[in-house]
Amino acid sequence: MINRVSALVLRYMYLYRRSLARLGEVFFWPVMELLVWGFLTMYLESEDVGMTVSYLLGAIILWDVLYRAQMAISLSFTEEIWVRNLLNLFVAPLRTFEIPLATASVGVIRALVSLTLLSVLAAVLYAFDITAVGFALVPFVASLLLFGWAVGLVTMALVLRFGQAAEALVWGVPFLIQPFSAVFYPVSILPVWLQPLAWSLPSTYVFEGMRAALASGVLDGSLLAMAFVLNVVYLILGTLFLGLTLKTVREKGYLSRIGME
Amino acid sequence: MSEPVVVVEGLSKSFGGVEAVCGLNFTVGPTEVLGLLGPNGAGKTTTIHMLLGLVTPTAGRVRLFGMELDTNRVAVLSRLNFSSAYIALPSNLTVWENLNVFSRLYGLKKPRKKIEELLELFEISHVLNRVTGGLSSGQQTRVNLCKSFLNDPELLILDEPTASLDPDIADKVHQVLNRIRNERDMAMIYTSHNMAEIEKMCDRIAFISQGRFVLEGTTAELLAQSGRASLEELFIAIARDRGLPGEAP
Repeated sequence: MINRVSALVLRYMYLYRRSLARLGEVFFWPVMELLVWGFLTMYLESEDVGMTVSYLLGAIILWDVLYRAQMAISLSFTEEIWVRNLLNLFVAPLRTFEIPLATASVGVIRALVSLTLLSVLAAVLYAFDITAVGFALVPFVASLLLFGWAVGLVTMALVLRFGQAAEALVWGVPFLIQPFSAVFYPVSILPVWLQPLAWSLPSTYVFEGMRAALASGVLDGSLLAMAFVLNVVYLILGTLFLGLTLKTVREKGYLSRIGME
Repeated sequence: MSEPVVVVEGLSKSFGGVEAVCGLNFTVGPTEVLGLLGPNGAGKTTTIHMLLGLVTPTAGRVRLFGMELDTNRVAVLSRLNFSSAYIALPSNLTVWENLNVFSRLYGLKKPRKKIEELLELFEISHVLNRVTGGLSSGQQTRVNLCKSFLNDPELLILDEPTASLDPDIADKVHQVLNRIRNERDMAMIYTSHNMAEIEKMCDRIAFISQGRFVLEGTTAELLAQSGRASLEELFIAIARDRGLPGEAP
């Protein structure tokens, strides 16, 4: 029995030797979770519970917008690999940008449906009214959708490059940015050396803006403006990265290999 | 004389210093069927994928319908289609849903009539509303072929299209392909490991070995050139690198 079990252990360990994504499951994601919950604990210890519960519920609802937008692009694309339909799409008369455009459109629908569902449930179960954020809710959601698309483009590029080995990234990449986006706690909770990283993410401005709007009912226009400027930058970078990756996978033959996996 | 629909000049591809395809030159006329024959790893699929823009050549040029694919992607791809034993339609959609999606991608405004005609042609009308993943491999292959005829392609590229079919269904597929060819102009590039199929379907055959065309012509010409009794014997000789008559092994 020991031989048979050890043979299977060996079979699973072989996978870790060549897969960064699987190594990420061991090292990276647990660290990300520790960071989020650690910073959240620090924040809760320093605050009165009153508004904090509202902040957390608002954060959960808005975070889901970013998550769904990203997932719609990267998961839809990954599904085409799973069902071996990718090459059918790449030989159809489609322009390259039309695939992410279609999946991003699905992302808007998915995010808005989830947003509505979570908002209603939060109102019924926890008496939390997301519309208390006010008119700012619309640009906040729009900003998170745009950032979700940018992250989705990068994830799509990684899936194109690494194929099914990068599947874990489809679910994992948003959590790579979550600890630094000040989703559940303000930027001030982060160590000073991490704060510039947080301020380089458009999502940080949205969550800071949401907390400010919930506390005072006032929308800080500068936070919103900065979020949109950064979104434009990230969308351009995401598009360039995807374009460059497409060129590379065509040159190296990865596209046809992934399409027939 | 009609212009060729495929013109390939000096097509080469290397992967990390390994030459997969070396300096191929060929054309395919508007009603011609070119068979690509060769052992596994000879470069057939890489060649086809370069024609389709899935792999970027290291050197050389491909012109389809007189145009470069890079700069005329939509115009070129809307006039051709592709089917392979190694790709599939989404298994979780019904046959109708899959073919409806691809009809729209190929610009058909009201696809139902076309889809029903194609399913009838391939004798699988009864699977219209069935989930694609629940079909037999023969039915799935024929649904894939229906997809590849949605746009009435002028060029059809088939990579081992009957690899998963029993001889009866494979024969029916051959009959349908020949019937469509008789009804209208259509060029085909066809790969298969079934010599009888290649002989039946192709006007001209190119043997690829180690990325190079080693023989090209009709079946009769190839057998005469090589001094072999059958395509199968010739295939085995090339695959085992025994060389051709007059060549050092």
